[in-house]
Amino acid sequence: MNDGKKRDKKVFQLTRRKALKSLAAGAAVLALPSRDAAASVWDAFFQKHFRRMTRSDLEKVLARLEREYSQEYAQEVKVGVTPPIEGVKYGYGLDLSRCIGCRRCVYGCVEENNQSRDPQIHWIRVVRLKKEKGTDLHYAEHYYNPSQVPEPGHFYMPIQCQQCEKPPCTKVCPVQATWTEKDGIVVVDYNWCIGCRYCMAACPYGARHFNWAKPRIPNDSLNPQTHYLGNRPRPVGVVEKCTYCIQRTRQQPGRYPACLEACPVGARKFGNLLDPESEIRKLIENKRVYILKEELNTQPKFFYFF
Amino acid sequence: MSPWTNLSRVIRPGALILLAVLLTGAAAAQAAKEKYFDRSGTLVVVETPAAELLRAYEVKNLPRGETFPVPPPPFSEGIFPCSDCHAGMTPNLARRQLTDEHTDIVLNHAEGQRWCLDCHNPEDRDTLRLVSGEVIGFNESYRLCGQCHGDKYRDWRQGLHGKRTGYWNGDKQYLLCAHCHNPHDPRFKPLTPLPPPLRPEEIKL
Repeated sequence: MNDGKKRDKKVFQLTRRKALKSLAAGAAVLALPSRDAAASVWDAFFQKHFRRMTRSDLEKVLARLEREYSQEYAQEVKVGVTPPIEGVKYGYGLDLSRCIGCRRCVYGCVEENNQSRDPQIHWIRVVRLKKEKGTDLHYAEHYYNPSQVPEPGHFYMPIQCQQCEKPPCTKVCPVQATWTEKDGIVVVDYNWCIGCRYCMAACPYGARHFNWAKPRIPNDSLNPQTHYLGNRPRPVGVVEKCTYCIQRTRQQPGRYPACLEACPVGARKFGNLLDPESEIRKLIENKRVYILKEELNTQPKFFYFF
Repeated sequence: MSPWTNLSRVIRPGALILLAVLLTGAAAAQAAKEKYFDRSGTLVVVETPAAELLRAYEVKNLPRGETFPVPPPPFSEGIFPCSDCHAGMTPNLARRQLTDEHTDIVLNHAEGQRWCLDCHNPEDRDTLRLVSGEVIGFNESYRLCGQCHGDKYRDWRQGLHGKRTGYWNGDKQYLLCAHCHNPHDPRFKPLTPLPPPLRPEEIKL
């Protein structure tokens, strides 16, 4: 093959590639729904990573999301982005000797955080353990269903995201769609998540949950006060998790998480780890604290005590 | 130096000793005696004068208890104020079976050692009465419970026992002991649990 022929071939290849490209782009545009919907899809497609968005980018995104959610759930939905409070690192405490395993926290969380009712997603799992076996999770039982709790010879341990100081889940995310915020909360950008579920495999607490189908929430039971990184309605194919009710606890003054307010026995404690007068510090200093799977060195900010 | 000064030096301690002997004699009838054997086997008798025993019950010398913001106490329907019925009645301090009123109250709280008027103020039923004699309102009932349950009271004040609502970095509301525990039968009652999560095979997409 002489030089001339080679050049001709290259030229031909390039033009063919260009032609195919433009053909594909044209087909994509034709396949998309028109006007507003199309604009929305394109905006979502080109949306930047949450931490790289400028203020104006973010405002556009929030306005778009609010519009979409309000339309879908037939009520006004607010999507906030309240930033972390300076000098705050959240910690959670749970009194193992008081918890009676009534699962009020589980359903309080579902309502507050707009979890899918069908297919069912629960961010909190309450396990029943045998007193004689202690915290050996080999004997843990999720699906206990007696007529009344507590049952003799058992105690209960609710498990949710432990907001680890060294979270294995954020480390394995190939697209960095999950990270730790300044106040210690591990969050997910649902628009950036590609649904690979590496984080679920990495989490030793089973605290992350995948949306296999589009979450179904009845219009009247949607909580319209949402946070971008927290309880806004999630799309299909993303991972979600407990955020210590980021939409409540980051307010000024900060409300307690929904699970704490739902607990009928007052077994749940919440506060600022950096404030020596907070409940969480008092309990760490005065009580016997148990850390779940401490040997993994994930350094949870969730403290079981008794 | 005058002879008078010298004399007073002798008289004053003498008078003091005499006074002390007289006082001890007077108080001996009411004094509390504590007897024990020390390590060497000698009997030791420690006497606390009655006056000293009484002093602990002087309310005005006690430090004022902390007060906490609490919701209204959980009175039974139509029961409060107690004075509606009790105003004209003479308090009957005798331990007995109640037959006319309050028959629904089953005392299941150290019942062998306790009677209504240990907590309810016999003089004014709309209030409660501490062991010290201090009269408190129902909205301060945590102080009454704290007399015996000191460890729980300490934890409650710090927010480690019981339920706190409000704001984690702002105003907090504490529930009274009686909001969760029936003071006459304090054991926490069992609850029906909410449904368990679906098993993976039950979840349909």
